Amino acid sequence: MRLSWYPATLVERRAETPTVATLVLRVPGWPGHLPGQHVDVRLTAEDGYSTQRSYSLAAPDHGAVLEITVQALGDGEVSPFLVEGLVVGDPVELRGPVGGWFVWSPVSVAGLVDRVLLVAGGSGVVPLMAMVRARHEAGSTVPMRLVYSVRTPADVIYADELDRLAKEDDGLEVLLVHTREAPPGSGRPAGRLSADELATLAWPPADDVRAYVCGPTAFVDAAAAGLVRAGYHDAAIRTERFGGE
Amino acid sequence: MGIVTPGFRGRRSEEAAELPPGQYLTSDFPVLSAGPTPQVDLDTWTFTVTTEGYEQTTWTWEDLLALPQEHPTVDLHCVTRWSKLGTTWTGVSLDVLLEDVETAADFVLVHSYGGYTTNLPLEDLLDGQAWIVHELEGDPLPSAHGGPARLLVPHLYLWKSAKWVSGLDLLTEDEPGFWEQLGYHEYGDPWREQRYSGD
Repeated sequence: MRLSWYPATLVERRAETPTVATLVLRVPGWPGHLPGQHVDVRLTAEDGYSTQRSYSLAAPDHGAVLEITVQALGDGEVSPFLVEGLVVGDPVELRGPVGGWFVWSPVSVAGLVDRVLLVAGGSGVVPLMAMVRARHEAGSTVPMRLVYSVRTPADVIYADELDRLAKEDDGLEVLLVHTREAPPGSGRPAGRLSADELATLAWPPADDVRAYVCGPTAFVDAAAAGLVRAGYHDAAIRTERFGGE
Repeated sequence: MGIVTPGFRGRRSEEAAELPPGQYLTSDFPVLSAGPTPQVDLDTWTFTVTTEGYEQTTWTWEDLLALPQEHPTVDLHCVTRWSKLGTTWTGVSLDVLLEDVETAADFVLVHSYGGYTTNLPLEDLLDGQAWIVHELEGDPLPSAHGGPARLLVPHLYLWKSAKWVSGLDLLTEDEPGFWEQLGYHEYGDPWREQRYSGD
């Protein structure tokens, strides 16, 4: 069966940080998706020129309403337009869902994976947030720990929601690591997440833990290698990397 | 033509006009892989071809380097939509590696250190279309890009060019690989935009 292109309409835009926005799109006929999957977005100009990019879905399956969270990359052809140029009511085209590996759902793996470690670098948090939200909406108590590396406090995507869910949801932990500027009163000076530090923030390796690591290539390589050195099996680590535009 | 998004102009370049449909140019070299980067020791590295009759031919790292080396300059097209033009590699043609292998197989399942697999027709590996490469732009191939050695099949989407390659199974019946089981296209021709199953 061929994946179809769906007409989509922007129904809401939420600014997440100065350079990141969440786009809420209405997509009639959307077949549904799993947390962690992504979509292809196609933009077409008036003269027929078109281009496509992939974006992770930020929310679990809510029928015909999808969310993607996009970071505007300075010299990007598409992302600055999506973050700043697209207006509520504008049409785009979507195709998907794409990707069946970097997925977690509170239903599909019950009993197989008992604890979920999420490791995010920057906007790599987006597909992991779909997992956090899916767990919340399902009322799941599967232990889930998000280790989220960001440059500064102002760069935290979904900051308020993560703060709230970490307080409300049993078994959800959110650990922020600041690389350039730590918040006032933080006991940890700003700096990169080292392999040793990740080993202390992650659960010790165990058969029931699966790790999902998402972010820029260098971050994912370092984090995945750190987990392997801490004793995680390769097969227990799923990764998703993104390069620049 | 697709649905027009008001205000979207996009960026056009003459080079982009030469790209397969739906691709854009990048000057960096993004990485796509499903798990940690395997660390493979050259002392124990081997590359093994297994025929449909389970006959095996194995090359060590020294064996590989002792074979005639080629320096293909090729364009790369990743299914995640970036293309990179004019990359130069060093490696051994599959024509050389398969020259003395007796087989009636039509299909290949490629295996990698770390457990990755991908499948493709045997004829796509022959006639100067594919190599086992170990250098990129004159330097040893970094592990993030598949080193110590990867398959290079540049006329197909890059997931067919398995990183950390460890061997080929020659098969009389096609067997889907890792991404092919997860909804990606069984063949993956970028010029026909065969990204996902059914394209």
